[in-house]
Amino acid sequence: MKRSAAWLAYALVLLAAPLLLQDARAVTLASQTGIAIIACLAFNLLFGHGGMVSFGHAMYAGIGAYAAMHLLRLLPAGASAAAVALLPLAGGAAALVAGLLVGYVNTRRSGITFAMITLGLAELAVLAAAMFPAFFGGEAGLSGDRVSRPAVAGVSFGPGTQVLGLIAAYTLVCTALLALLMRTPLGRLLHAVRDNAQRVAFIGYRPQRIRHIAFAISAFFMGISGSLAALLTEIVTPEVFSLARSGALLMFVFIGGAAWFGGPIAGAVLMVLCMNALSALTPAWLLYLGMAFIGMVIAAPRGLVGLAASLGADMAAIARHRRIAGVLPWVLAFGGSATLAVLAASAAIEMLYRLRQLAVLGAQLPFLGIKLDVQAASHWIIVLMAAAAALAITHRLWPGLRRQWLMGARLPA
Amino acid sequence: MDLALWLITLLNGLSIGLLLFMLASGLTLIYSLMGVLNFAHAGFYMLGAYAAYAISGAIGFGAALVLAPLLIAATGALFERQVLRRIHHHGPMAQLLATFGLSYVIAEVVALAFGRSAVPYAAPAWLSGPLFTLAQPADGGLLLLWGAAGGLCAQAKAGVCLQFPALRAFGMGVSLVILAALALWMARSRAGLVIRAALTHPRTVQTLGHDVPRIFTATFAAGCALAALAGVIGGALRVTEPAMAQPVTAIVFAVIVIGGVGSIAGAFAASIALGLLEAAAVASAYMIGDLKLSQLAAALPFVLLVLMLVLRPHGLFGEREA
Repeated sequence: MKRSAAWLAYALVLLAAPLLLQDARAVTLASQTGIAIIACLAFNLLFGHGGMVSFGHAMYAGIGAYAAMHLLRLLPAGASAAAVALLPLAGGAAALVAGLLVGYVNTRRSGITFAMITLGLAELAVLAAAMFPAFFGGEAGLSGDRVSRPAVAGVSFGPGTQVLGLIAAYTLVCTALLALLMRTPLGRLLHAVRDNAQRVAFIGYRPQRIRHIAFAISAFFMGISGSLAALLTEIVTPEVFSLARSGALLMFVFIGGAAWFGGPIAGAVLMVLCMNALSALTPAWLLYLGMAFIGMVIAAPRGLVGLAASLGADMAAIARHRRIAGVLPWVLAFGGSATLAVLAASAAIEMLYRLRQLAVLGAQLPFLGIKLDVQAASHWIIVLMAAAAALAITHRLWPGLRRQWLMGARLPA
Repeated sequence: MDLALWLITLLNGLSIGLLLFMLASGLTLIYSLMGVLNFAHAGFYMLGAYAAYAISGAIGFGAALVLAPLLIAATGALFERQVLRRIHHHGPMAQLLATFGLSYVIAEVVALAFGRSAVPYAAPAWLSGPLFTLAQPADGGLLLLWGAAGGLCAQAKAGVCLQFPALRAFGMGVSLVILAALALWMARSRAGLVIRAALTHPRTVQTLGHDVPRIFTATFAAGCALAALAGVIGGALRVTEPAMAQPVTAIVFAVIVIGGVGSIAGAFAASIALGLLEAAAVASAYMIGDLKLSQLAAALPFVLLVLMLVLRPHGLFGEREA
């Protein structure tokens, strides 16, 4: 019941977005989110469900994007918009073939070695894209035109909302297909291979073949996501192969929560938000991302969705045990000092970044409505002391909070 | 091809291979002992180059050669104690992911401290310029001349004149000395004996009263120091910039997979082979289609990686997977 309600809400959001969104920027953001959701779910088929860490998975989105773009350029002028709408399937097919070929080599090893190989193959793709400018379009990339074809039922893919509609439809279908895949014997076997490949081999399946099939399917969906991105921006550059994209995929899927089917969806939303909003807000966003990622690996390896699930269960238990009054002050005090510590530390980092760009941007740094002067020693002292004090208080409060929290949640007095 | 070119290419290949092995040996040792694949290993290489740039500007290159690896070793030890040790019980994947996050942090911290463009880090005067010149006059014979040999090579009748940079020779010397000392120390010293025992039987070693977590920290720090030392030399040989780490990560991973994961001998063979291959590709004028082989040199390690996986998935000296 709960699950079907979640699916219904998900489908409604995806269907409503193209109909209700008007603002061009919001439409673009929603389109990027849909594309990111497909990519993150495809990545998590490998990472969360198959236990395979890939450092170069963006490469299949790139292959799909280039295939779709080449086909878009080759489409005869008379071909209708329906042909454009089917291009992502062709891009997915190209990525599927690549996934079958590369997966044959890559899945010969598992675990850590698998991860090392993905990095080497991704680097090979980057180098190949630079070596063959005739196919990959060199630095400028390839551009195409998705619009100028006979419209079908009023759909020409000229307006952004129509492209968003296409992306939303693909996102919904891909999500459903991947969810169904996990219920098939193949999906179950993939979980089994992740948990104990030896036992799977013992009952008569070849773990390598299961990994290989999952790898190719994952590449197929990556290819669809890359093709949709190519249709959205109407340009594909060799940047699609960059290791930064693969790395972002890994980080945000993990931060979202790889152990839950919905985790990558949360990760995808977060990825689009960070890449658009956070990167505009601060030049240091990759530093924050790296530190947040390490923090999650240490403290919340089940991701944000997992964290929310366990905190939610704990909070319900605390309410049931009538321990809110005992826990709440600790939560407020800890939350306040932790927030202050994070803010003061990030203020210090922002000031450091500003010092590097002093000549261009000047010494005045606006930070949350406060004007910080990076050349004034007093500002540095205040920020650093605030960070140190808040950090010390947070550190002191943690054991008490933990004790109260666990007592409230686990041990009814 | 001329004999002089052969010899210089051989030396160039060996110098690249030895630098690679300095990176690969530390990574392999950490992996075999702790089960941690350190994704940020090339990040420590980059930190070594930047630390050497900062120290050689303030004190001198000789000091940088010693201090930079020590500084980076301390950084690595700190990370091992504060992060890796906490998540040891989550298994090797969690540790791989933590070092992956660290590689982002290192790249950003370097960009924050030194800017996103390359820094002018170069060898000191006594290491710049050629160590010797191999001259092969047109009338035959092979001459080895110390220094640049400007007089002979300026003459028209000199056939081929090839120089070998002093910094490359110095790098070869340093890596040979350090690696030989380490190998000897591992083989002969008591501490080396404990580390070798911890490689195969960590629980027994712990039971016998040795502090295995401390051995982990020390080994991680030593691996980082080796990477940093490679960075001190590699940064001066090539460009020191925030983007220098990431391609190195991929090449070192290729070295380790080709050599066989966990095998020091394999890492050595693969490092030297890739070094020679790269030097030969760069020096050759062979064409494949309309691309020069030298343009493909950067891709060769990964082509070799694919070939190795197809032909011999467990690498040169690796163990077969169960």
